[in-house]
Amino acid sequence: MRNWRTCIAVLFFWSTGPFYSVPAFANGPIVAAAASIRPALEELSARYNQVTGQSVRLVFGSSGTLANQIVNGAPYALFLSANTAYVQWLVDLGFTQGVPVTYASGVLALYSRPGLLGQTENPLLALGNALEGGTIKRLVIANPEYAPYGSAARAALEHAGTWVQAKQVLLVAANAGQAVQYALEGDVDVAFVPMPLARLAELQKTGHLQALPSEAFPNVELDQQMVLLPDADQKTQEFFAYLQSIDSREIFSRHGLGAPALISPNLQH
Amino acid sequence: MDWNAFNLSLQLAAWTLALLLPIGVVTGRWLARTQTLARPWLQAFFALPLVLPPTVVGYYLLIFTGTRSPLGELIMSWFGVSLVFSFPGLVVASILVNLPFAILPVQRAFEVVSSELYDAAACCAMTPWQTFTRVEMPLAWPGVLSAAVLTLGHTLGEFGVVLMVGGNIPGETRTLSIAIFDRVQAFDPLAAGQMAGFLLLISLVTVALGYGVLEKRDQRKRRSA
Repeated sequence: MRNWRTCIAVLFFWSTGPFYSVPAFANGPIVAAAASIRPALEELSARYNQVTGQSVRLVFGSSGTLANQIVNGAPYALFLSANTAYVQWLVDLGFTQGVPVTYASGVLALYSRPGLLGQTENPLLALGNALEGGTIKRLVIANPEYAPYGSAARAALEHAGTWVQAKQVLLVAANAGQAVQYALEGDVDVAFVPMPLARLAELQKTGHLQALPSEAFPNVELDQQMVLLPDADQKTQEFFAYLQSIDSREIFSRHGLGAPALISPNLQH
Repeated sequence: MDWNAFNLSLQLAAWTLALLLPIGVVTGRWLARTQTLARPWLQAFFALPLVLPPTVVGYYLLIFTGTRSPLGELIMSWFGVSLVFSFPGLVVASILVNLPFAILPVQRAFEVVSSELYDAAACCAMTPWQTFTRVEMPLAWPGVLSAAVLTLGHTLGEFGVVLMVGGNIPGETRTLSIAIFDRVQAFDPLAAGQMAGFLLLISLVTVALGYGVLEKRDQRKRRSA
């Protein structure tokens, strides 16, 4: 009988653990970031921990979902978006602290299965020819309604005059990460993907991967902004400053992100 | 293997079961015995989480209980907790989406208890509580056990509502199913596969144990008959 009571007592204390766990910030501030910069940010936070001994907790998702969570009370301290629009939306609603900073510029890449488009200086032209020739059965982009890389992909296809043909074979992924997933595992001929995720998934080993210049998708910018949120403390501000340093610039660049167009005044190291 | 996430999944399942099972038994029993004309509508209402996508349920919970909502502000001012991006919020969301699993099997089990038995219990001057514990529950407990097993298994695998309401915060709301999704998104199929296999094994063992208990009971009944 006593054993049962002990068991129940132990079970009770174990199960109440999450109710009296330490507050959100005791384990380091929570940084919410676009899924497309996961590889870069994971390396950056590990390096930051090495250099300063401080740690941050990372939460990844699509920029739109994270922005929605922020306005509904998510305990995030810093938000790194894959674009500027969601950051501006949060600024307009009053959910931010301080001024947004452009930390990098996204790079849209075109993935194609081996031998489909060949080595070419104008991959979008080659894509248009392949669409005309009917050799493309499936083309993947992230959802252009809300994913920055998706709208850049649509702009690139429209600018090349191939959007109408592309729609016949279009497969729309929920987000940029899923677009990479389809390219990696699905029966896909062409995919428009973010370069950092494409490199993480090693798409260059399974097909041809080529970065597209920003002129290929006019009127769509892939400038990626970050902003401090109201819950940001001193530790968050230090990490925020670190993300603008030359160290961070080099790591972002190594993971396939371009340098921001404007140089931040908060350079360190 | 994210043991933290596994621990969180178990704790969520334990709390959901502990809070939802009494609700399921009370509601299921009432639905089995009530003669109200609204009964089909009530059954449909409790079955709603089965037909609604969990992400939709999670989204509306975020809207109606988030910190910007009147209900969210009230709960924060009364109890000092938020029902979003927190473990208590996950428990509330989990209870809502598991209502059909907790109520419907129990309702069917109590429907089997014939009205003659209630009359006999009344003739023996049994109180309502004695009737419940000595007549109804011994007959209906297989349904209650089914409800418990289904609720437990479903909670362990919950994803859509947990992701929307919980936010995938490591150590706080990242359950095992969310951790698996996180590893898939990180193109780490090995880690995702390991955790998925583990979750599958746990769920299989839990459900098998539950039905094993039922089988043993049936065997004992047949032997004594």
